[in-house]
Amino acid sequence: MSPDQIGFLTLLKKEVKRFWSVLGQTVTAPVITTVLYLLVFAQAMKDRSSAYDGISYTQFLLPGLVMMAVIQNAFANTSSSIVQSKIMGNLVFLQMAPLGPFEWFGAYLLAALLRVTLVAMAMLAVTLPFVSLPIQAPWALLAVFLLSGSSLAVIGLIAGIVAEKFDHIAAFTNFFIVPLSFLSGVFYSVHALPTLWYQASHLNPFFYMIDGFRYGFFGQADAPIALSLAWCAGFFVLSSAVCLRMLITGYKLKK
Amino acid sequence: MQTAIAIAGVRKTYGRLTALRGIDFSIRQGEFFGLLGPNGAGKSTLISIIAGLTRMDAGQVSVMGYDTVLQFRQARRQLGVVPQELVFDPFFTVRDMLRIQAGYYGCGREAWPWIDEMLERLDLSEKAGSSMRALSGGMKRRVLIAQALVHRPPVVILDEPTAGVDVELRRTLWEFTTELHRQGTTVVLTTHYLEEAQELCERIAILDKGALQVIETTPQLLARHPFRFLRLKLADGSVLPESLRPMVVGEVNGAIELKLESGKHPIAGVFVALRDAGIAIEDVQTREPDLEDIFVELTGEHARPQEAGA
Ligand SMILES: Nc1ncnc2c1ncn2[C@@H]1O[C@H](COP(=O)(O)OP(=O)(O)OP(=O)(O)O)[C@@H](O)[C@H]1O
Ligand SMILES: [Mg+2]
Repeated sequence: MSPDQIGFLTLLKKEVKRFWSVLGQTVTAPVITTVLYLLVFAQAMKDRSSAYDGISYTQFLLPGLVMMAVIQNAFANTSSSIVQSKIMGNLVFLQMAPLGPFEWFGAYLLAALLRVTLVAMAMLAVTLPFVSLPIQAPWALLAVFLLSGSSLAVIGLIAGIVAEKFDHIAAFTNFFIVPLSFLSGVFYSVHALPTLWYQASHLNPFFYMIDGFRYGFFGQADAPIALSLAWCAGFFVLSSAVCLRMLITGYKLKK
Repeated sequence: MQTAIAIAGVRKTYGRLTALRGIDFSIRQGEFFGLLGPNGAGKSTLISIIAGLTRMDAGQVSVMGYDTVLQFRQARRQLGVVPQELVFDPFFTVRDMLRIQAGYYGCGREAWPWIDEMLERLDLSEKAGSSMRALSGGMKRRVLIAQALVHRPPVVILDEPTAGVDVELRRTLWEFTTELHRQGTTVVLTTHYLEEAQELCERIAILDKGALQVIETTPQLLARHPFRFLRLKLADGSVLPESLRPMVVGEVNGAIELKLESGKHPIAGVFVALRDAGIAIEDVQTREPDLEDIFVELTGEHARPQEAGA
């Protein structure tokens, strides 16, 4: 292995260790939240149909909840890691190291992706006794999952670079990530919405992540899968371009 | 002799504040080099630029011949920096932290014995498994030093490694850096303890207000201002004659200290003046100027706030 590869793998391992050492917070907690949502909503809405043929409301709900957790946790993993290192001042160890922007990008992204894979798998495993999901379009499922997790990891990296304290990350989470993920059809089919909201949903990238993810399970969704994949890919490319540009120019990280 | 660090035309401003106003000098391979200057002189800023933490507005820096911007990977592999601030990652143990740091530089398991050796040398073996947050300040400082050395860089920069450190640890650090230097490492030291710089450094640069005031070998620097100090304890009630008053620079433990410029104020002249005035002397001492005196001469400031009674 070349020294650069060892450097990259070390950073990746370090980032994995960081969330691994607090699995209770980073994996168990989101799984519990999701199970609670599922129990409460499935009970409250048990008489509702899902708008999809042959799919119960509980089945309809689960992929959306999983994707919502993926979105929130991918963002949290990268953003909190960078901000914490910035505040503690230990980011200098990494900044003085012979690692380039692409290694930073790749290592932070992959670590976040590993965390959300664990989160998603754990959620599906824990809910298996009550809800069984078909997998009609595995490739679409995988593609939407990877693109969504990666995009949010990258957005988290950007937020971490820009933020100067934890409050900034909290504000970004509370005013952007959480509302957009709730307003993206997790709990309902957007067809059920009034026209204005229905149209607004179609400008929300999180809607396509959730809708595309659902397509992967059911083979049917509100938007055509090609459109969802295009939105997810476009969002990933755009956020990556912004993030890499920041890393290359040293935006905010280099005084 | 070959150059370890070359600094050319380096300028840096923070908003309206000019931290570095065009710095040019080089540090030779194998040198023990002192970078001195009062608070805010720009020492840490210059070190951050060499390390690639801070962007310079103009100029070039190279480490062992590698440009720190264009060839940052090679340049950084040649360099180990101990930062001035006590920074640490609370998530990891001492040993994990050092292994991670080695990994960043492309060193795998082959670096582990060296890590254990450093832990031993820096008296950290017992703390190897402790979390970083459970260490005292002096221990954290030692971990920072080990961290800078994990990849065995040929050039090491220590930004005030002995600030807030007890006497024993200071001695350990001196021995440790002296040994590194003996083995061929280029060592750059920043400190406000000038006796430390005088003792250890072969060559010294003094920065003041973002500009290089002087760069000379330590003996040259000490010989630069030909003066010496004369301490006189006069018999009770005696007053120094008028002609000697302009030479007074201070009072130490009841003795008056005079600064005599060689050639201009011979010591014999002082005694003649005292005898002529009929003043009895109780005690006499002379003192050669040390780096502290040269520093004050050049920057108009003390390197460290003077301790009471010193
Ligand atoms: N990030 C920054 N933003 C704004 N000004 C800065 C920044 N870093 C340093 N400065 C300013 O640049 C000047 C030089 O600071 P620097 O830390 O390099 O001094 P120093 O010689 O290391 O001093 P000390 O002996 O106190 O460590 C100071 O006036 C300082 O206020
Ligand atoms: Mg400093």
